[in-house]
Amino acid sequence: MDTITQITDAMTGCKDRTEVIFQARSVNEAFARIVVSAFAAPLNPTMEEIADVKTAVSEAVTNAIIHAYPEGDGIIHMRLTRWENTMEVVIEDEGIGIPDVERAMEPLYTTRPEMERSGMGFSFMEAFMDELSVNSIFGRGTSVVMTKYFGRIHTYDEE
Amino acid sequence: MAQDFAIIENYLMIKMPEEVGHYEAADISRTADHFLMNSKAKNVVFDFEDTVLMDSSGIGVIIGRYRKVDCFGGKVFLIHCNKQIKRVIHMAGLLRYVEMMN
Repeated sequence: MDTITQITDAMTGCKDRTEVIFQARSVNEAFARIVVSAFAAPLNPTMEEIADVKTAVSEAVTNAIIHAYPEGDGIIHMRLTRWENTMEVVIEDEGIGIPDVERAMEPLYTTRPEMERSGMGFSFMEAFMDELSVNSIFGRGTSVVMTKYFGRIHTYDEE
Repeated sequence: MAQDFAIIENYLMIKMPEEVGHYEAADISRTADHFLMNSKAKNVVFDFEDTVLMDSSGIGVIIGRYRKVDCFGGKVFLIHCNKQIKRVIHMAGLLRYVEMMN
């Protein structure tokens, strides 16, 4: 990934980046979704691609709000990079971290069933984005890196 | 928030908001449960006509209401789902529990 990124960078010489920092409060989820869709606009995404990215961002931000900061107060960094037909989204918190990332990413696994969390968050991020990696340091925070390639032909199972 | 709740016969109709995320989910669940407790509605209809986006929080709302009404033989229906919402619902395997209509 790194090499590819650098080559692309060297060839085109242009990568747009932005970073937004906001309070980890659920009222800001809609804000995060709007920012990401505005930033993606120059890549001419389809309605579906935008919905995919917004859904994935919604999941990652919700995770940070609910799980990273159980005490309530905290901040979330959203770093966005776009080049050619690609957008990378990084959602990072400085919260408690995930003790077992592999377990957390299992479908239907949730530590908050009483909040009606379905345990589908990471599965949705995986399904709606083209690449996903999760890095977490227990006690230090979690970083979710997601990549979307626009203009690819996606085949979804319709009913 | 613009979602509406209405009782029609023994159906609780819930008009879902434009976006259903974690922020919206708690309120919808709380209000829906209030209606289910205090009316004779035993079925729930989620109307997604105005909804463009739903994440897994919405799945939690639907499953939660299904669990509540299922004990009393009630059913959950989803209407006017757009493509994104259909995909989310398929992916979560919700169609084992609820019925999607158009």
